[in-house]
Amino acid sequence: MATLHTRTSARLMMAPAVILLLAWMIVPLGMTLYFSLLRYNLLMPGMESWTGLDNYTYFLTDPAFSTALANTLLLVAGVLLITVAGGTALAVLLDQPFWGRGIVRLLVIAPFFVMPTVSALVWKNMLMHPVNGLFAWIARTVGLQPVDWLAEVPLFSIIVIVAWQWLPFATLILLTALQSLDEEQKEAAEMDGAGAGSRFIYIVLPHLARAITVVVLIQTIFLLSIFAEILVTTNGGPGVQTTTITYLVYLQALLQFDVGTASAGGIIAVILANIVAIFLIRLIGKNLDT
Amino acid sequence: MGSILLENVSKAFGEAVIIPSIDLDISDGEFVVFVGPSGCGKSTLLRLIAGLEDVSGGRILIDGSDMTGTPPARRRLAMVFQSYALYPHMSVRGNIAFPLKMAGENREVIERKVTDAARVLNLTDYLDRKPGQLSGGQRQRVAIGRAIVREPGAFLFDEPLSNLDAALRVAMRLEISQLHQHLKRTMIYVTHDQVEAMTMADKIVVLNAGKIEQVGSPLELYRSPHNLFVAGFIGSPKMNFVNGIEAEKLGAATVGVRPEHITLSTSDGLWEGEVGVAEHLGSDTFLHIEVKDVGQLTARVGGEFTVRPGDKLFISPDRDRLHRFNEKGAAF
Repeated sequence: MATLHTRTSARLMMAPAVILLLAWMIVPLGMTLYFSLLRYNLLMPGMESWTGLDNYTYFLTDPAFSTALANTLLLVAGVLLITVAGGTALAVLLDQPFWGRGIVRLLVIAPFFVMPTVSALVWKNMLMHPVNGLFAWIARTVGLQPVDWLAEVPLFSIIVIVAWQWLPFATLILLTALQSLDEEQKEAAEMDGAGAGSRFIYIVLPHLARAITVVVLIQTIFLLSIFAEILVTTNGGPGVQTTTITYLVYLQALLQFDVGTASAGGIIAVILANIVAIFLIRLIGKNLDT
Repeated sequence: MGSILLENVSKAFGEAVIIPSIDLDISDGEFVVFVGPSGCGKSTLLRLIAGLEDVSGGRILIDGSDMTGTPPARRRLAMVFQSYALYPHMSVRGNIAFPLKMAGENREVIERKVTDAARVLNLTDYLDRKPGQLSGGQRQRVAIGRAIVREPGAFLFDEPLSNLDAALRVAMRLEISQLHQHLKRTMIYVTHDQVEAMTMADKIVVLNAGKIEQVGSPLELYRSPHNLFVAGFIGSPKMNFVNGIEAEKLGAATVGVRPEHITLSTSDGLWEGEVGVAEHLGSDTFLHIEVKDVGQLTARVGGEFTVRPGDKLFISPDRDRLHRFNEKGAAF
């Protein structure tokens, strides 16, 4: 793209793709914004009227809102904590040479291929079920009272299910980062008298900083919109104990048929996502600079 | 402080035997260069001494005590790697201080030693920079700084200059030699460049296929190579080898003659040849001369020697500086 001429033609060539992507983003966003300012209920078609910011007031003063906000942030933070710590540990393990490493690596990646509803149902019915579940069987075998996971610690259970799904992603990214660490650096640290622990803290972790940042940012985008796992396991309950912002939007739109308030909730979710993004970029974004 | 003794040391990776068996005695304060073509096992030998690889057999004694199974950090050796292996996320100060920090030194001692090392290596102005912001030569000095603060018994260098450009290589060569005179510590230096070996070493170890071909001072190796391999490896340009009937006339299976030990004449001499290529270096001229029944010979003459390709010349090797080798390639 050296000359003015080639740059102009390059822009022309790129234009269709750029315009399509822009429309793809701007049309739904614009419509959501528009709906959020209407009194729009699916039970009363053709009765839409302008209400200004009332929908936002309703959504923000919903008794479940503050719980949903806290649940959303707890879910994101909990899953990030487990996947980053667990992913780093697994990556370090899988980086060691051992017999059958190829198969083990494949198995570790497997949960990522299971669709969210299926894995949530498997966890709910085969693992966490208080009567038929594996955990209950283990508890009874050692003579303990089985725990009804999804009733007693519902948010924690959902965090565990989602973390199980995202652990392979974190492991994979961190493993590739680990493999790009210069062998001579580790040897130099060994010569310099650093033990295994010091080598991990002073050499491996700083090397992984950028990959961890990528994992945190990408996962946050997806974790803010976790929905299927909640729908098939707890339905947001008991009470509102596992209701997140995403789930609250679903309640408004498809259970109360209030499209206007749901749209306002959607816009609030977008704003929340941006606040989290700004916060994360401030906190760890410098790792992305070279 | 830093004497190293290798007894019958061998190394194999699975079936592949890299080093069959090596005995070597390195005394304290010596500058020893391991030199050989790539794949001859010189880097492996260095890593065995460092403890980064386990020996397959034999013993390694450092200062008289058996260190064969001792982890690298407790052998009191410091190593400078080919890629420098600096820690990219730490400043120059952090890099040089790292071994001291690992040794649990207190803050003031670390600060003093880092400052001293930086002064010796001209790094004072760069202490707060990251390795990525330094030039190749500066990175090399940081790597050396990280080695000297530990005050090790011996320094190990693994082809430390091969990533530098030619001019910088000559300068760093001199700096490392000066550092050796200043510190008076044992240094083991691995290189495939015989010029580095000749200019820096007290003692050169010529390695080929995992075996020691010859050990000696640079001039010993130059004057009396034990075999064809050493004769061909040491000296630049390479020694000329003459085989066949012309060699038999001089009483050997192979005769070696260095380019600088050839007398050229336009009137008479032992062999007659035709000039192919003349390389003018200014101080010297290298002539590649095609001689019938002998092959191509390289001759080194004065810089002002004017000759054109195609000129006929007579060539006479200096009789008392001929190297004679038997059928097995050994000198006699």
